[in-house]
Amino acid sequence: MQTSSLELKGSSFTLSVLHIKHQDLDKVAQELDSKLAIAPQFFLGAPLVVNLSAITDGEYSLAGLKDLLVSRQLVIVGITAAPSAIAAQAKTLGLAIIKSGKQADNQPQLPKTTKIVKQNVRSGQQIYAKNGDLIVVGAVGNGAEVIADGSIHIYGSLRGKAMAGAAGDRNAVIIAKSLDAELVSIAGQYWLTENLNEHSTTQSGCIRLEGESLSVEPLAL
Amino acid sequence: MAQIIVVTSGKGGVGKTTSSAAIATGLALKGHKTVVVDFDIGLRNLDLIMGCERRVVYDFVNVINGEANLNQALIKDKRCDKLFVLPASQTRDKDALTKEGVGKVLQDLAKDFEYIICDSPAGIETGAMMSLYFADIAIVTTNPEVSSVRDSDRILGMLQSKSKRAEEGLEPVKEYLLLTRYSPARVTTGEMLSVADVEEILAIPLIGVIPESQAVLKASNSGVPVIIDQESDAGQAYSDAVARLTGEELPLRFVTEEKKGFLKRIFGS
Repeated sequence: MQTSSLELKGSSFTLSVLHIKHQDLDKVAQELDSKLAIAPQFFLGAPLVVNLSAITDGEYSLAGLKDLLVSRQLVIVGITAAPSAIAAQAKTLGLAIIKSGKQADNQPQLPKTTKIVKQNVRSGQQIYAKNGDLIVVGAVGNGAEVIADGSIHIYGSLRGKAMAGAAGDRNAVIIAKSLDAELVSIAGQYWLTENLNEHSTTQSGCIRLEGESLSVEPLAL
Repeated sequence: MAQIIVVTSGKGGVGKTTSSAAIATGLALKGHKTVVVDFDIGLRNLDLIMGCERRVVYDFVNVINGEANLNQALIKDKRCDKLFVLPASQTRDKDALTKEGVGKVLQDLAKDFEYIICDSPAGIETGAMMSLYFADIAIVTTNPEVSSVRDSDRILGMLQSKSKRAEEGLEPVKEYLLLTRYSPARVTTGEMLSVADVEEILAIPLIGVIPESQAVLKASNSGVPVIIDQESDAGQAYSDAVARLTGEELPLRFVTEEKKGFLKRIFGS
């Protein structure tokens, strides 16, 4: 099989963005010089994206700005938030027009949300706290199921099934005021009633995953 | 404003129909105009317990389908003129009940009656769901044994999620526990769950404890609601439950083992 001579892959980089807030190039040059003087090594050869959102004049000379920055040994990779007339200039100068990816890039994870249930979970009911912890203020009856991607706290008797760390979080725990469960599970490791009875003589407790097996410790609740 | 009360349990044979008949009769005897509706389409029993089986001409399904009007189908009780029975159909099945049809009938009944008692069939299928859907109050009939308690728990979950009040986000259905076939002696020997055990698991207010009693079977077979038999412990316990339902506060009776007297020990009970 022939190996490909190139490969195209998406990747993201952090770039400094230089906001130009004034039309007058001389004024910009003056301020830039004083900034560069503070940390000359830091900016040397630094790739920059120029944000032109404050520039409204279509006649603005992008070439002039580019010369100014290049003469200070700054590397412009592209411009962003520019009016269309300036964007056209960028094309002829060989500069990329970059769309700010702020919205797309800045949400790698949804914030964790906690689900609170303030009543008994009855037989046949199933409650799932996606991407967060589950708190039940009440009992979980026989034949009821409570599931969470995070930890599960039950301020009442756990007589049904509780599954914490449903998405694989091995640090999740199950805490109940009275452990009388049909099944407890953390990140896929589970105990049935008899396993639980072998390990626990206490009423209230905390179940966690240690290595590949579950463990229970008494808690005074 | 009429109160719609469902007598439900999930499990069969725990005493829903007996309780429906007794509670409806009790309310009527207290002077409230009451109708008791049999939702057990295809397995109708309420008319037998009420002793009106020979007077059934039209039934609930006929009314839903517009084949008869309510006045034709309602049977007036012989013992109490405030009490009416709407019997179920014996020849149809539960699918004859539609949400619209049942809603319409209950709405019409609500114009004339103070209390509408819905006698739910066992199970969690159409018939049972229809009987609890429109309820304002649920009387969850439970025997002191684990399978009955678990099924009651399931029904309580349904009341909290599948009833009209739950779906429309109104004030939730008021739930009461009615413990039937209770035998204090068997609780003492550990064969039966105690009142406290059941209350702890179901966590709803207790409205009455009906002792296991010969009088219940006798009353059922003779078509007289057991509440009429005020000599019996079960009849008195139902009266207490009805009184609590209408807001009275009474201490629980028949929950502790009766000390057998000298003569009873010799001659039996």
